[in-house]
Amino acid sequence: MIRTEELLLNVGPQHPSTHGVFRIIVKLDGEIITEATPVMGYLHRGTEKLAENLNYTQIIPYTDRMDYVSAMTNNYVLVHAVEKMMGLEVPERAEFLRLIVMELQRVASHLVWWGTYLLDIGALSPFLYAFNDRERILQLFNELCGARLTYNYMRVGGVKWDAPEGWIDKVKDFVRSMYGRLEEYDDLVSGNEIFLSRIKGIGAYDAETAIAYGLSGANLRSTGVKWDLRKNEPYSLYDRFEFDVPVGQNGDCYDRYLVRMAEIRQSLRILEQALEQFPEGGETMGKVPRVIRPPAGEIYVRIESPRGEIGCYIVSKGKAEPYRLKFRRPSFVNLQILPKLLVGESMTNLVTILGGIDIVLGEVDC
Amino acid sequence: MSEEEKPKSPAEANGPEGAAEASERSAESAVEALSTEAAPASGPAAAPEAAPEAPVRRKETDEEKAARRKAALEAREAAKAAAAQAAAKPAPAAGGDAPAADAPPPPPPSPNQPRLDRAVQLLRERVAEDAVLEASINEPNGHLPTIVVKPERWYACAQLFRTHPELGINYLRNVAGVDHETHMEVVYHLLSMDSGHVYAVKVRTDRERPSVPSVTPIWPTANWNEREIYDLLGIDFPGHPDLRRIMMPDDWVGHPLRKDYAPLDPEV
Repeated sequence: MIRTEELLLNVGPQHPSTHGVFRIIVKLDGEIITEATPVMGYLHRGTEKLAENLNYTQIIPYTDRMDYVSAMTNNYVLVHAVEKMMGLEVPERAEFLRLIVMELQRVASHLVWWGTYLLDIGALSPFLYAFNDRERILQLFNELCGARLTYNYMRVGGVKWDAPEGWIDKVKDFVRSMYGRLEEYDDLVSGNEIFLSRIKGIGAYDAETAIAYGLSGANLRSTGVKWDLRKNEPYSLYDRFEFDVPVGQNGDCYDRYLVRMAEIRQSLRILEQALEQFPEGGETMGKVPRVIRPPAGEIYVRIESPRGEIGCYIVSKGKAEPYRLKFRRPSFVNLQILPKLLVGESMTNLVTILGGIDIVLGEVDC
Repeated sequence: MSEEEKPKSPAEANGPEGAAEASERSAESAVEALSTEAAPASGPAAAPEAAPEAPVRRKETDEEKAARRKAALEAREAAKAAAAQAAAKPAPAAGGDAPAADAPPPPPPSPNQPRLDRAVQLLRERVAEDAVLEASINEPNGHLPTIVVKPERWYACAQLFRTHPELGINYLRNVAGVDHETHMEVVYHLLSMDSGHVYAVKVRTDRERPSVPSVTPIWPTANWNEREIYDLLGIDFPGHPDLRRIMMPDDWVGHPLRKDYAPLDPEV
């Protein structure tokens, strides 16, 4: 007769597979998790509090630091909210630039996810492939706005920098070559037996659960719910382009993987069309009052970030600073389902499931 | 900072002084235009806002509340009727402010007005006659139907939102807590994924002992959101399964997002 004991195991906050400073306390019965308690807040910087003393342009760099692998979409959600509140028009060229950088960012973000997820599971080389390609996107961003990670690129009413000469052609080259790279990725990983047995059927949930837990992005779409804010509640210029919303069926880690891989291809499709239609000349900043003072009132806007629905709720009292600024962070909301998924799983799958959700701790803690 | 913010307009090329002046002028006029536009927009729809903070003051008697609600309802009905006739004169609710001769005609009723009215009607019928304190359309936010609900009735209202086939709110998008200095407010952004309908529901609560019933049993996604609001604003959510701090350390003193927050240790 073997005597078994319950084991309390602490994972993180300094653990490479938690993608940042996330901590989870698990109770183990043998190798099986019986209870999981996430602990967070290690990266809480009080962005929302700080924002109450800053004007809207000053808040933009703070949004860079929330979801730091997808700073462009964060920039957008803030400036979009303010523009909508003030009823500002954004010049077409600026809006095109925004859309192009947002889609490039989505590709870059998914590449980070792809590389690190496989790293979590034990495949080291894909990480180098992914970061190599992501580097090319960061180079493009660097040329555009002089930063590789925290761009501070968008402004209320437009964008800070126009595309330098030849930039659009470089993006075109990148998009063209990326299709081929994706095929390589698939050859390298997507059919790998070991990989499949690690992720197929793991961490599955159904559509109803996903909706009840407020999941969004690939986490929601992997269950077969066709919900993408770019299609369902179009913003920016997304209604001008043709693209599909890839969905899964089983809501497991494998489907989330497939959805994200398909999303990269769809982003490339959008990019192709946007680059083709990119206006020749024009302004990159609209007519904006010198002091940005949205009228008293409130607004909630939401866009599709690589991780799901990122929202921005602003309460304005007619001042240059927001009275209250609240971000709906998809990583934070998506993570909530984790304790539920982990119960009954083996310890090995903790990393697989956590990685499959795709969180960025800067955004979880905000 | 202002250097950096200044948009690069073509006018700037013509001469720095003239451009600056022009942009200043346009800025002022833009602000003006916005403010004049905002005033009548909130006229008919937001008629009940005659006493916006009233619900928080508990001293008011029920009769008074009922009377005010009735008046507000009548005002809205009248406003709608006026809009239907396409009458150029402003709605009675806005009449008190003696509108200028060049005031724009009252805006047409929002496309979402029927949906808002229907939701309010359902809440009044199925939950309680006094469940809804205010109802308005938030026009800049894509005509978002916004309903202010009595805290005691919020749980029942949430249940109706979730289960009623006409509302069918299965997705709780966002929960935000706001410290309005006179009162606390929790704002829920609701979405029905089947119909695509959206609503905003606000629950106002006393500032000294803020408490709003938890909706975690209805929408599990509210769990961490409510914990975050509890942590940062100190609002209690009775009915929450596990109300602990989530961002700040467990032994933290105070709730940082409150407007009167002062750090215990200024070094931190």
